[in-house]
Amino acid sequence: MADNLPTEFDVVIIGTGLPESILAAACSRSGHRVLHVDSRSYYGGNWASFSFSGLLSWLKEYQQNGDTEEETAAAWQDLIHETEEAIALCKKDETIQHTEVFCYASQNSGDSVHEIGALQKNASSVASSTFTEPLPSAELPEERHSYVTNNEMPAKHASESDSKISVEEGDVEESPEKEKYCGDKTCIHPGSDGDKVENKPIVDDDNNQLKRNVITYHQMVQESRRFNIDLVSKLLYSQGSLIDLLIKSNVSHYAEFKNVTRILAFREGKVEQVPCSRADVFNSKELTMVEKRVLMKFLTFCLDYEQHPGEYQDFQQCLFSEFLKTKKLTPNLQHFILHSIAMTSESSCTTLDGLKATKNFLQCLGRFGNTPFLFPLYGQGEIPQCFCRMCAVFGGIYCLRHTIQCLVVDKESRRCKAVIDRFGQRINADYFIVEDSYLNKETCSDVQYKQISRAVLITDQSILKADSDQQISILIVPPVEPGASSVRVIELCSSTMTCMKDTYLVHLTCESSKTAREDLESVVKKLFTPLTETEVDKEELRKPSLLWALYFNMRDSSGVSRSSYCGLPCNVYVCSGPDSGLGSEHAVKLAETMFQEIFPSEEFCPPPPNPEDIIFDGDDKQADAPGTHTTTVANLESPEESKKLESPLQS
Amino acid sequence: MHGRLKVKTSEEQAEAKRLEREQKLKLYQSATQAIFQKRQAGELDESVLELTSQILGANPDFATLWNCRREVLQQLEAQKSPEELAALVKAELVFLESCLRVNPKSYGTWHHRCWLLGRLPEPNWARELELCARFLEVDERNFHCWDYRRFVAAQAAVPPAEELAFTDSLITRNFSNYSSWHYRSCLLPQLHPQPDSSPQGRLPEDVLLKELELVQNAFFTDPNDQSAWFYHRWLLGRADPQDALRCLHVSRDEACVTISFSRPLLVGSGTETLLLVADQSPLIVEWRTPDGRNRPSHVWLCDLPAASLSDQLPQHTFRVIWTAGDAQKECVLLKGRREAWCRDSATDEQLFRCELSVEKSTVLQSELKSCKELQELEPENKWCLLTIILLMRALDPLLYEKETLQYFQTLKAVDPMRAAYLDDLRSKFLLENSVLKMEYAEVRVLHLAHKDLTVLCHLEQLLLVTHLDLSHNRLRTLPPALAALRCLQVLQASDNSIESLDGVANLPQLQELSLCNNRLQQPAALQSLASCPRLALLDLQGNPLCQEGGILDHLAKLLPSVRSILT
Repeated sequence: MADNLPTEFDVVIIGTGLPESILAAACSRSGHRVLHVDSRSYYGGNWASFSFSGLLSWLKEYQQNGDTEEETAAAWQDLIHETEEAIALCKKDETIQHTEVFCYASQNSGDSVHEIGALQKNASSVASSTFTEPLPSAELPEERHSYVTNNEMPAKHASESDSKISVEEGDVEESPEKEKYCGDKTCIHPGSDGDKVENKPIVDDDNNQLKRNVITYHQMVQESRRFNIDLVSKLLYSQGSLIDLLIKSNVSHYAEFKNVTRILAFREGKVEQVPCSRADVFNSKELTMVEKRVLMKFLTFCLDYEQHPGEYQDFQQCLFSEFLKTKKLTPNLQHFILHSIAMTSESSCTTLDGLKATKNFLQCLGRFGNTPFLFPLYGQGEIPQCFCRMCAVFGGIYCLRHTIQCLVVDKESRRCKAVIDRFGQRINADYFIVEDSYLNKETCSDVQYKQISRAVLITDQSILKADSDQQISILIVPPVEPGASSVRVIELCSSTMTCMKDTYLVHLTCESSKTAREDLESVVKKLFTPLTETEVDKEELRKPSLLWALYFNMRDSSGVSRSSYCGLPCNVYVCSGPDSGLGSEHAVKLAETMFQEIFPSEEFCPPPPNPEDIIFDGDDKQADAPGTHTTTVANLESPEESKKLESPLQS
Repeated sequence: MHGRLKVKTSEEQAEAKRLEREQKLKLYQSATQAIFQKRQAGELDESVLELTSQILGANPDFATLWNCRREVLQQLEAQKSPEELAALVKAELVFLESCLRVNPKSYGTWHHRCWLLGRLPEPNWARELELCARFLEVDERNFHCWDYRRFVAAQAAVPPAEELAFTDSLITRNFSNYSSWHYRSCLLPQLHPQPDSSPQGRLPEDVLLKELELVQNAFFTDPNDQSAWFYHRWLLGRADPQDALRCLHVSRDEACVTISFSRPLLVGSGTETLLLVADQSPLIVEWRTPDGRNRPSHVWLCDLPAASLSDQLPQHTFRVIWTAGDAQKECVLLKGRREAWCRDSATDEQLFRCELSVEKSTVLQSELKSCKELQELEPENKWCLLTIILLMRALDPLLYEKETLQYFQTLKAVDPMRAAYLDDLRSKFLLENSVLKMEYAEVRVLHLAHKDLTVLCHLEQLLLVTHLDLSHNRLRTLPPALAALRCLQVLQASDNSIESLDGVANLPQLQELSLCNNRLQQPAALQSLASCPRLALLDLQGNPLCQEGGILDHLAKLLPSVRSILT
């Protein structure tokens, strides 16, 4: 198969994270020949999402600390000509550190099998009994090299009745971790009111009426595929650049989204809901009438604060927190605005930055719902894959598990000419885009990286109970000591397709100062308690219990400037890994800037043409190709495809 | 490379689009023509349904075609079997829904659906309610759909509580929703019917307080949203004053009986019937309005037959019975007296508070308090200011008079676009206050000088006034309703901007009229004064018409009976 891989491309992209994937889509859409490779077995790099078992395998890989070094790599040194030199790429990923796992759920599998068997009478019991191994070993499939050509990909699309098409399908090796329950996917059409959609695994139907069912480790492993656990925890701003790009490029048709339903605040040891939209303020039972007015007045002012310079001019250089104190806002309102709406730091954010952030938040409100954020169903990892799909539709070629050994640089012109892959094949191109983690130590010797502290928790109930248990919430916990970084908590319910029924997936993120556990454990303790066997008397007052927890640090290469890398040819461009921000603005900006640097005269991800405007090329050798293409594009247009990202009609 | 998409150029696209449009227009026109021809020929069959559906599917606002469809359906009703009809109706409902998707605000489509559902023997109302819910989900302010929902809910006898909960849910989503608030105002009185004795449409206090809290949430959240303020106003005062006979007056000199109603009415055969009973015997009389036009009016009067009044008898008893209004008034004219009357007092009846008619002043007080709180936060909010004024009037118009006037000043400054409306409203309130003061003083003299009045209202309340001082105001006319002042003897209206005197006509008792420093231009403007038999003194100094040569002669000819005219 490897023999079939073409050797001439316009652009070779190494790494399938979000910026690389956007660039791949943009280049391919512009008609350039794109080869997009990743040495990993999954899409997205550090932007990926994993099933529960997938995450365990991922962890194992990092804990084994690079023992996976393959033995079969062909020697490349002999392939370099005299007029050339090589820049070797990094063989080992060092972006993840300090992984720590804690399991609180019962690991006694005998118990849980018995319990499931006792409660269920239908097919599910068969499912549970067929599962014999409580801890599956890493399910990474054996090494096999494969790639997809552009015409095969659409053909697959056309044949699928499933509206949700995942990039792995087709000739690309399917990694079992990423495979999803297709039956579920087809029936999900979230309306404007996302609450109605619920992930109902048939298995659990009989459990509905029972009292609190303590989830066991065994069950989590068994239901592994219900989980889609993001390595980076982000949301989409409804008016942000990523949404705009998704809509403009029609990539949005490949994904489905849900509105974040609640903005929460943590104040005086209590979690409470922040009223941020007009409807929230109107419906709030916690605020007094006067507070309602003062809050609305301040928020309305923020929406066009530039028009009222008199209101803030004297405070421009002061802290935003000081400015808020002059606005007759009660302490709870000040907290809401500072931490939950502007999401800024109490001790460093200036008035002007605070106003800007508040305005940005408010402008995003109401586009798709009552909060300014969207979350992609099946996890953040879907987004890079959607762009990859767009790239493939326009002819891009994909190879996972395909290690590139070195960049080949022409000594005279100091330009990169080609790459050599692990089979010793030389692949020529004009431009090369490399994700930071692929660069070797020498290249990065001068680079200073920041770190992101992350925690992933699986819990048994929401941090704030409400009428509906299907809530997607974001909570900012301000630092205890001023100056430290605040912790962002995003709680996902099972209808986001990221965790199994009756559990919540909680992501914590902050800029690192120490290891992830040291940075985040205090917040985890404030919000959750470890699962205990004994039931607490007052069910109402109980904090959510932790079933499972993972801490890790991830490298944040977003602030690194191009000039910090030594010895890179000018036609090699570096994409950074995920940043710690809430939105993906950085990745989009990076991709767009880079695209415009490479192809200054070309439009960045223009909308695809209408199906009826497409003329079919007579030269096309494939007899069935025309039909294939129409269905592909028509398929993208079909309304069932996704929750369409369009501005709702204003009445 | 194969497989790459090729795209039409923009010229090719434009040309393709143009051809498509041309084709569409042709089809549209030919179908329209065909329909009209068939209709003319009386061929009302299924082919017409097919043709109209082609056009209405694209343009549901073609009202004539909906009429066509109704004609066809009516015709088919007579010809088809029940099964065929059922299929026809089902298809029609589906078609209507598709039209509503094209334009959810098409009058014709919603009307047709009403018409169709109304004709069905067993309509599926649950389905219709669901349809409404779905359309309101998309646009919660689509009043066409709200209208239809009310129709459906009424037909299906949906419990008001359920509908109220529905409005709750939509208000929770977006409270800027007139339709939803309005629906509440219809549902709440149904849910909480009041005993017959209390005024119609009022709510029990606990319900009222809950609604007030809800609506306060809305106007504290967004005080510029009118819908909440309008609902607030409805909550505080939507009870219409009850129909009543307010006053009965008998004059011996004019041999005339005058009555005033609480609202303008048309008296006469075939409309409202008034019976006049004098000394136990019914009299046949002819009722007319003071201006003689016999249009709906507060005030009606009639001449008494000569025989019914005698100077010899110790007393005459007059009774007027308004049969439809279930009201009557009686008064006794004693020997030697020139007049007699019986009336409801404006002070007793709290006549002028009816615009905000919640009886519980504690409720009003607390509303006033929260509005003042809001006003402090939003000093320039006109809705808040206006509501404060209305609340103060409802609580005690005289006590709050000064404060009210200050709020009027602020309100005019923040809302200059409505300055004239506010001046008129202010005039009305001041006039009401003056009437109250006059009644407390138990006199028949009304002082309205120096009040910046721009308009005169409530004149029907002044039936008994003998002296009226309107000088130093900003009046531009003495309106026809002034003719209701049957007892007026002296009218001072100097220093205004009066241009016309239409109202100063047929005033039987008027003797003195001062109109100094006004804007009377032509002697002809004084024509109506000739109908006031007793007018003796007329002061016209400082009017433009005084500059005319020979004006005195002219006036003497025009008003021969006026003894003294000053120019």
